[in-house]
Formats: sequence, structure tokens, C-alpha cells
Amino acid sequence: MSLLKIDGLEANYGPVTALRGISIEVPEGGIVTLLGANGAGKSTTLKCISGVVKPRGGTIEWKGDKILNRSPNWITRAGIAQVPEGRRIFKDLSVSENLMMGAYTRSDRGQIRSDEERVFELFPRLKERSKQLGGSLSGGEQQMLAIGRGLMARPTLLLLDEPSLGLAPLLVKDIFETLLKLNQEWGLALLVVEQNVTMALKVSQFGYVMQLGQVMVSGPSAELRNDAKVLESYMGVAQ
Amino acid sequence: MLGQQILSGLATGSLYALTAIAVVVVFRNTRTINLAQGDFAMIGAFLGIVFLKDWGLNYYVTILLVVACCIVLGFGVERIIMRPIANSDWLTLFTTTIGIYYILHGVAGLFWGRDTKAFPLTFDPTPVDILGAVISQGHLYNMGWALAIGAVLYAFFNFTKQGVAMRALTDDPEAAYMMGIPVRFIVLLTWGLAGFIAGFVGILIAPIIYVSPEMMDEVLVKGYVAAVFGGLYSIQGAVIGALLIGVAENLAGGYIGSHVKTATAFVMIVVLLAFRPQGLIGIQKRREI
Repeated sequence: MSLLKIDGLEANYGPVTALRGISIEVPEGGIVTLLGANGAGKSTTLKCISGVVKPRGGTIEWKGDKILNRSPNWITRAGIAQVPEGRRIFKDLSVSENLMMGAYTRSDRGQIRSDEERVFELFPRLKERSKQLGGSLSGGEQQMLAIGRGLMARPTLLLLDEPSLGLAPLLVKDIFETLLKLNQEWGLALLVVEQNVTMALKVSQFGYVMQLGQVMVSGPSAELRNDAKVLESYMGVAQ
Repeated sequence: MLGQQILSGLATGSLYALTAIAVVVVFRNTRTINLAQGDFAMIGAFLGIVFLKDWGLNYYVTILLVVACCIVLGFGVERIIMRPIANSDWLTLFTTTIGIYYILHGVAGLFWGRDTKAFPLTFDPTPVDILGAVISQGHLYNMGWALAIGAVLYAFFNFTKQGVAMRALTDDPEAAYMMGIPVRFIVLLTWGLAGFIAGFVGILIAPIIYVSPEMMDEVLVKGYVAAVFGGLYSIQGAVIGALLIGVAENLAGGYIGSHVKTATAFVMIVVLLAFRPQGLIGIQKRREI
């Protein structure tokens, strides 16, 4: 059984139709990537899953239960956390306070503390800067914090919206290595929206290519990687 | 004489500061300039008279009850009036609080009359001496309370989950929502906090300025001016502004004449806005309203 199953999802973004019936699945412990040009509807898809955008139609099933009209609070508790586009860390909150907010929906204090230690082990830089304000961190550190904040919800599935955007190539590599680690060592399923097609298809097992609110192509990442023509036509860039 | 003026200015200023904090916290989490903030305290002061005089309750029990009632008032205003229009533009929100202001004035007048009432509890008029400056016991007492409440607020905003969440909401409401922070609940808490502060302000200020439906009008305006000192965003800026206003108006009243006392705050705000429209404490990221 797949962990997350989206079927025929339709959504508007303001007056614009953003999703025209897309179907996506994330298996337990899998890494799935969502590719496509700007405005393809990738972010809207993630926001529908996390409950921030209310879809117009279709179904979203989480571990077999329909979760279409649940609040983000409920969905976070159920085990889906989001690392938003542009990181969106709280700039006036310290690193520790940002992590604390990631764990807002939880009340198991002892576990929260040990999870914070785990995040600090994953990103030692954050530990050094735990008292600093989020806004004072560098771009790479902010991305670490955004991921760490997502992990503090103790998710089974982590949604990542353009985690490599705006980072130096070396940092991009680090971020993708972290994602692999989260998948292999922490056992997390990941749904990653990316513009960095090469990297995304390297770490993921399955990929969907979206255009104008529809899934145009999908398949195992290894196959998509070799299908240069497909990528070129839907990404608008030669890879 | 000078030290004395400054000290009692700080005492009044500390009550402006509490009001200013409430104005700032509500504004930055809900885009609402809450004109009824003073009237929450006014209702609290009248309730204080009821509890102390009519019911014969102990002073500390009265404080507890008044603060509890004002928190409920804050909750009620949010749930019944502000929540249904929460997504309106700032002018609608602001105008609505003018409505609440008049409703609360009316309610107070209806139940307790329009006359000025003396608060049943007054301070010993004998002044006390602090390092050569003489200050009334009432002022000293209020300053102590304001400091204690300030400490409680500081702890709330820095060490509790709901307090940090309130700041997170100020920072980025959409990101907060994505993290599963229940934004509506935090907004409700924000109005409750405004009520909490107002309850204390009402009971503390009542013995000094007497109780009437209009008692808080001037305090609110000064609290609001102080909030503008912090760009309607920074709590520290608002507190500094409030203390400056308290001291400046006292000095102006003492050295120039009592007729200029009230005008002082406005002169200060005009000068401030002319030179630092973003407030005293530089806030670049103040949200557009």
C-alpha cells in the first residue's frame, strides 16, 4: 500500500486553475520527485497535501484514510511535514525557537528534546548557532534549519519545496546527501519538488513531470534521466 | 525636584507601556489597530469597584477576577466580532474597533452611570523617599506591578510554546500555518493577552485617575503614540516610547505648565514621524497594512 495516494486532484490558485486532475503516489520509505517548469503546479500540489490550499476536487489518501479537508495542524500530527519554498524560517526567532515551532503539534517534551539533539547531529552548524536569530543565518544554514524544523514534527513523509533553490553548487550537493541520509537512515519518505532535474532524478526512485497543472510523464527516475527529449520538452531547458 | 518628576513620569509611563504592548501585539498579529484597548481596562476598573465595594471581596481576589474577566472580554471580542471579518482590510478592522469602543463606553454608562467614581481603595498619601527623590506610594506600587507584568510577558514570549508561536505568527503567518500552528487559536490568545494586560492596567490606574467611561481615553492615545515609537511592531520600542512620553509630559507639566502636559505626547509623535517614520527602533520589515 502506498503511503500517500493522490487521485484526480484539482485546485485553483486564486482565480487561476492550478491543478487539473493529477495523480501521484508516494510509497512507504520512497523518494519521489515532482519536476516541471515554473507555474506547473508543483508547489500547489504540496500545499494541497499539507492542507494549506483547499483542493476543488479529487482525493488525497494518507495511509488509506481520506485527508482532503483536514487542517495543516491535523495533517502535521498525522505525520506529514513541509519544508516550504524559500525556506520561510522565522527570522526573528532563534534557531532553537524555530525548531520548537516545528514541534508545535507535539507535546512529548522528552522526545522533542532528543529529536532536537538528532537534528543537531545531522546539522552541527545549527547547534553552534542555536541561540542566533534565524534571519542572521546564511542561505545554506537557513535551508538546514528549514529541514530541521520540518523534522521536528517527527514526520513519516517530508514534503520539500525546492530545497536547493538559490544555494551554491557545493551546498546543493550537501542538501541532496542529507535527503538520502534522511531516507536511508531515518527511514523517511520524501516528496521533493525540484528545478534541479539532474540531482532530483539521481536521488529519487520515481519521478513525475508536470506541466500546466497536469502530470505529463511519469516513471522510474533512472528511465526519466535517460529520456532527454521528455525532459527537454517539459522543462523548457536542455539538460 | 527633577529626579522626582522623572520618577513619577516613569511610573505613569509604565502603565502607558503596558497599554502600548497590548496595542503592538494585537496589531502585528491581526493588522488591527485596537482602539478599544483602553476600554477593556475601563471595564476592568468598573468591575474592580463592583468586586471590592459591592461584593466586599479581597483586593487580590479582585485583581484575579478583573484580569480573568478582561481576558474573557478579549476572547469574546475576537470570537464574536473580529474573527468573522479577520480577512478584511485594515480600515475595516480599525473602524470596527471604534464601534467596540463606543459599545463598551455605552455598556459602562448603562450599568454604572456616566459620573466619575472614586475607586474604593486609595493609597496612603504619605510619599516615600527613594535616593532623595520623593514619590507617591501609588506610583511606586504601580511601577512595581508593571515591572512584574513585564517580566511575566517576557517569560511568556520567550519560554512558552504559545508565546513563541505568537511571535512566529508575527514573523510569517503562512509559514506558521504550514507548521501546523493553529493560527486562529493563536489570534484568540493574542486578544486574550490584550485583555490580560488591560485588566491589570484598569485596576492599577483606577486609584490614580478615578473611574468613568472616559477614564482611559487619554491613556489609550498615549499608549498608541508609544506603540508608534516602536513602529507598531517592536515591543522594546513601544516600552521605551511609553517611558519617554511619561517622563517628558511630567517634565513639561512641571516646568512649563500643566496645560501643555497632554500635548507633549503629540508633539513627540509629530517630531518622531517627521524624522523616523519607521519608529524609534528601526524596523524595516514591518508588515504593510
